[in-house]
Amino acid sequence: MKHVIYRNLTSQILRLGFILLLTFSTSLNAQEGDPANGKSLFNANCAACHKLNKPMTGPALANVEQRLYEEEGLDREWLNKWIRNSSALIKSGDAYANKIYNEWNQVAMNAFPQLSDQDISDILAYTAAPPPAPAPVETGAEVMVQEPGISNDLILGALAVLFALLALALILVKRTLNRFAEAKGIEAVIEEKRIPIWKAFVQNQFLVLVSVIFLLLASGYFAYGYFMQIGIDQGYEPVQPIHYSHRIHAGENGIDCKYCHSSARVSKHSGIPSLNICMNCHKAIGEVAEATQQEGIKEFGVDYNAEIQKLYEAVGWDGTGYTGETQPVKWIRIHNLPDFAYFNHSQHVSVAGLECQTCHGPVEEMEIMYQHSPLTMGWCINCHRETNVKVKDNGYYTKIHEQLSKKYGVEQLTAAQMGGLECGKCHY
Amino acid sequence: MSSNKKYWKSVEELNENSSIVETLQQNEFVEEIPTDEFLGDKESLESSSTSRRDFLKYVGFSTAAASLAACEGPVIKSIPYVVQPTEIIPGVANFYATTIADGYDFASILVKTREGRPIKIENNTDASTNGMANARVHASILGLYDNLRVKAPMKGDTEISWDTFMSETSMALNQLKDGKQIVLLTQTLASPSTHKLISEFSDKYGNVRHVTYDAVSESATLDAYQAKYGKRGMANYDFSKAKTIVSIGADFIGDWQGGGFESGYAKGRVPENGKMSRHIQFESNMSLSGANADKRVPLKPSEQKLALAKLYSYVTGNSVGGAKLSENLDAAIKVAAKELSNAGSNAVVVTGIQDVNAQTVVLEINEYLKSKAFDPKTTIMTRQGNSSEVEQLIADMKAGQVGAIITYGVNPMYTMPNASDFAEGLNKTDLSVAFSMKQDETSTNCQYIAATPHFLESWGDFEMKSGHYSMMQPTIRPLFDTKQFQEVLLAWNGNASSYRDYIKEVWTANILNGESFNKAVQDGFFVSSSIDESESEDNTDETLETPSAKAGMALASSAKVGEMELSLYTKVGMGDGQQANNPWLQEFPDPITRTSWDNYLTVSKSDADRLGLVNENVANGGLNGSYANVTVNGVTVSNVPVIIQPGQAKGSVGLSFGYGRTSGLKAEMQTGVNAYPLYQNFNAVQNVTISKAEGMHEFACVQLHNTLMGRGDIIRETTLEIFNTKDKEYWNAVPKVSKDHIETPVTSPDVDLWDSFDRSIGHHFNLSIDLNACTGCGACVIACHAENNVPVVGKTEMRRSRDMHWLRIDRYYSSQDSFEGDNEKKDNISGLSSSLSEFGEMENPADNPQVAFQPVMCQHCNHAPCETVCPVAATAHGRQGQNHMAYNRCVGTRYCANNCPYKVRRFNWFLYNKNDEFDYYMNDDLGRMVLNPDVTVRSRGVMEKCSFCIQKTQKTILDAKRDGREVRDGEFQTACSAACGNGAMVFGDINDKDSEIAALKVDKRAYHLLEHVGTKPNVVYQTKVRNTAKA
Repeated sequence: MKHVIYRNLTSQILRLGFILLLTFSTSLNAQEGDPANGKSLFNANCAACHKLNKPMTGPALANVEQRLYEEEGLDREWLNKWIRNSSALIKSGDAYANKIYNEWNQVAMNAFPQLSDQDISDILAYTAAPPPAPAPVETGAEVMVQEPGISNDLILGALAVLFALLALALILVKRTLNRFAEAKGIEAVIEEKRIPIWKAFVQNQFLVLVSVIFLLLASGYFAYGYFMQIGIDQGYEPVQPIHYSHRIHAGENGIDCKYCHSSARVSKHSGIPSLNICMNCHKAIGEVAEATQQEGIKEFGVDYNAEIQKLYEAVGWDGTGYTGETQPVKWIRIHNLPDFAYFNHSQHVSVAGLECQTCHGPVEEMEIMYQHSPLTMGWCINCHRETNVKVKDNGYYTKIHEQLSKKYGVEQLTAAQMGGLECGKCHY
Repeated sequence: MSSNKKYWKSVEELNENSSIVETLQQNEFVEEIPTDEFLGDKESLESSSTSRRDFLKYVGFSTAAASLAACEGPVIKSIPYVVQPTEIIPGVANFYATTIADGYDFASILVKTREGRPIKIENNTDASTNGMANARVHASILGLYDNLRVKAPMKGDTEISWDTFMSETSMALNQLKDGKQIVLLTQTLASPSTHKLISEFSDKYGNVRHVTYDAVSESATLDAYQAKYGKRGMANYDFSKAKTIVSIGADFIGDWQGGGFESGYAKGRVPENGKMSRHIQFESNMSLSGANADKRVPLKPSEQKLALAKLYSYVTGNSVGGAKLSENLDAAIKVAAKELSNAGSNAVVVTGIQDVNAQTVVLEINEYLKSKAFDPKTTIMTRQGNSSEVEQLIADMKAGQVGAIITYGVNPMYTMPNASDFAEGLNKTDLSVAFSMKQDETSTNCQYIAATPHFLESWGDFEMKSGHYSMMQPTIRPLFDTKQFQEVLLAWNGNASSYRDYIKEVWTANILNGESFNKAVQDGFFVSSSIDESESEDNTDETLETPSAKAGMALASSAKVGEMELSLYTKVGMGDGQQANNPWLQEFPDPITRTSWDNYLTVSKSDADRLGLVNENVANGGLNGSYANVTVNGVTVSNVPVIIQPGQAKGSVGLSFGYGRTSGLKAEMQTGVNAYPLYQNFNAVQNVTISKAEGMHEFACVQLHNTLMGRGDIIRETTLEIFNTKDKEYWNAVPKVSKDHIETPVTSPDVDLWDSFDRSIGHHFNLSIDLNACTGCGACVIACHAENNVPVVGKTEMRRSRDMHWLRIDRYYSSQDSFEGDNEKKDNISGLSSSLSEFGEMENPADNPQVAFQPVMCQHCNHAPCETVCPVAATAHGRQGQNHMAYNRCVGTRYCANNCPYKVRRFNWFLYNKNDEFDYYMNDDLGRMVLNPDVTVRSRGVMEKCSFCIQKTQKTILDAKRDGREVRDGEFQTACSAACGNGAMVFGDINDKDSEIAALKVDKRAYHLLEHVGTKPNVVYQTKVRNTAKA
């Protein structure tokens, strides 16, 4: 009856193990984690795939240790193994490891052998009780901002009332004085009737001529100004299908322009980023911080989280994976050069090393992108006249720059001297 | 001496009393603007209901409306990818190596794609298996965006799904299994994998027959080669190795034996160390080869056979008998034979006569000479058609023995001489399937049309020459619901793998020999290291010992002279006609006749006079010609327009294939007459009767447009002898002008009106055009079309001399006598005096002129006459030597065109895009996909011209700047120089002293066009040298 013995043995081992486990877990529990350090470790290592309260690439991790212990009876040791090398655990045939692996589309979790026991306990401490979010600070600031606004209005109102009272007082004084004068019998001197000024103006032909000329010139000036700005869409700020804030991305988060507009380096087009570029980050960022969300609603009337959902819809992301149902975004193009003007981004970005802001303005401050520069030929030409060609460490320019600067007798050549004003450089 | 020759472009110019030529010389824009007609008619002016006041009102209103409308810009959307493919960067072009193989043209090419759209075809210079891409190959990209393509499989007139198509056809094929014949009628495939697929297909269905059909047959050549070397193919020729070339009726610069020989030929034509090849051409039609020959002898097709037989006898010493040649011809043949014998193994003989004996004789002569240029071991496989099998097939079809016919890449209802027999047979089959891109003549008569993709959407593999493999890969996803022939074959065979995998399997097993498949796909070609050479060795030795005269005798006796003989030929622009719906090719002026949008009967002057056929130029410079009815064995093609062709052999006429199509092409492209009904028994030479028909035909012929304007010294040429013995001043002198009674060269700054501009810093672009290497093939014209978004204007506008080609190839005729006087005397000495009187007759200009080609584009003059007259400074000079044209600045005064001495400026008389009046490729969204996004599409009312492909030079410069390096020699290219497979056009920076162009600029052959005008052009030409002296 061998197997009976074995059964006994197994149950004994199990029992022993249970006791061991209990002691071990208590000892582990005694090892207190630091949730603050845990947060930074979590953000650095885990946040790409995990969130606390929402499933992402991997499951939600809030209270993971407690949950695992209560639901599956797995302890810290199992967690350590899993975190340091999940694939080894899967291979070893561990039942729960395999279950999890299959549940999450067989995407193996990265191995983190570098995390020490203390690190892991810090992280787990964070997942068990995340430190409270810092209290919003804007309230105070908002009050501060609002105060002078109110007082300005008040002062203006008070001033207006004051002026009205003064005017009333003056009228009253005049009337009283007149009455006094009447009472005393003093007659007001009646002046000789003069020709009204407009009649005099009409009679003076020279004046009429001069003013007509002046009017014509003035209207000509304004008409010219008006017509010249036709087709120049400086300040063009169309409503885009997704409210995309350059202020947050390029400004607050400091993302390099060319991270998204990567083709500006090598191509004539700067390129509108494809949605997969957005998903590099937005796979993990499904919603913005509460403070940012409030700011968006109050200042710009936009629900940032809803905008991110629009992106998910377009790219076909259901929170855990791609559905394959995509809906390309029809952005409205802001910078429109006419077809007969050739412009190459890489020439300006890679070769000349210009900052994007030189032409596109303070994009990092723009909540909604608008056209900063006029994009007229005069504007291009001016810049070519004033800007020196960046020749340093560029083998192409070495010879031509040496010869040309000698010819023109200058240290630094402008783009214009290099031939940047020739018609055919942009029109072909 | 170059200057005392008289050049003429048209027969009309030889007529001293012609007022038209005079008019054309005086007027740049020949068509008067009909102001008199409008303003001079007082009655109609008065009766007009629009008063001056009304007119002003309308003007005011429309101005106001237009300015109001302009205030609001359109909203432009920009839609990025959802997931951007890693290999695509918007704005950066990708190149893919692939292969064109449409059954007529075979070439390894590079395809330039932008944002996933193929936009241009370029030469794959690494793979020179079958020469470089010709004009048709360059133009073939437009076929991809043809709006009339079949967009899904069809049953009759209705579109069906591929599932329905597959289930229905499979069922029908299964019913025929081992019953009546299943016939695959295909183009020349030359594809190892497809041949394997067909054999598997035939294993599965039993009674399967594969018939290969070439619309223009090389069957006789194939038969002769097969009889001699045991393999169905054609011998390879490398003309760069030949010092003496004798061609009897072979247009080897054109489409002879599959084409692809011109690059080798051009190499040998450039004089190097005082030597160049000598080319003697015997032919009846004026072909490209004849135009390039040093000596051209016009003779009737029947005389060609006899001439070849005699040549054989003179070279080998065997007597062949047969009729006697006329005295002068016999003398010419004797001279040719003597030159061949002298050159020995450096000589080569080719012929285009479609006769097994003629082809055998040529193989024998070349073997006898041990010609180095002749390579029978490398078999050319690009023609495989078998005429007798095709005839057998039609007989079987008519007899009802064929159960199913499946056609692929062929259009027999159009190309067969007995198309009605084919149609009759087609009705007797149970199943007929046409694999076609078009609802063409054949596919509309079949039960099913299997919509096939364009070659740029397909996979494929080819063996053009034995051991030389090439690969076709898709460069774009199929635009329509199409399936390749091979994919369907795989499905019929029950093979589930994709065609690409199938090719990979075949290549890995049989071809690659362990090399990488991906590398072969990337390169587009693969040359097998183990080319089997043993087989043909024995044959060569055997025949060398006994040059049997059997074939020669048979050839001599078969030469039967007809009164009028017709030679059917193919035009460089149209080929066999499968690209007839291609507006670029329709508008391409034929290099010889300079006529576009037509085919025509070429007739010699004396025959035309005899038959009463005339050509005349009307007031606007347009050419009109009589109509003729052409009858062969009772089959008449009526109303064939006639062109009087200088150099056409008396008693012979020529007519080209490829025109007169009626199905599957736009109404504008339905031009010309169909010559295939005259192609009886697949014989290109026929005895004909010609009668004049009523009416006059209006040609779109550009030969009288942009005339020399009385400037004689436009092209320079000399003979090899003078070139070798005399100083440059003698044959390529710089023109001189008198300053203070001192002769001063025009290049001297003393006689220049302008101060010269310092161009020594930076790049200075120059283009050299070698008139010796230029064969006039026209590949550059089409490449320029594709690169620069040049519009197609259509036949009527072409006729009005409003063609838009930025690059034209001028063709000049000249009579030999003016500078051949010396040579004639030499002929006297060499003992051929008796024949000279007859020779003299042939010197009559229009009978047998010398031909010279000169490509002309904007010369980018450093002292440009156009720039000084532009009132708005729309055209200005760049430091890099390019003459810039700012379209957005141009107001269309056309003053620049008037002032241009080279007549290279083109005016947009209309809006040629998105305009229903010009329904070519720029009028639909599909066709506009071919446009180059880097070049502006011009609008109505502006002038345009060659830009030296500034978009390409700018890109090269930018690439160098980004890499931080100097530009290497050979990196700068224009579309034309890149397309020129002959090396005639070399582009580059002359400030780079080590560059090829810098050397060419100061070459002793170098000259500028109309140098005496003093425009200092940046295009430099190399004097044409003719090897007219006897070897």
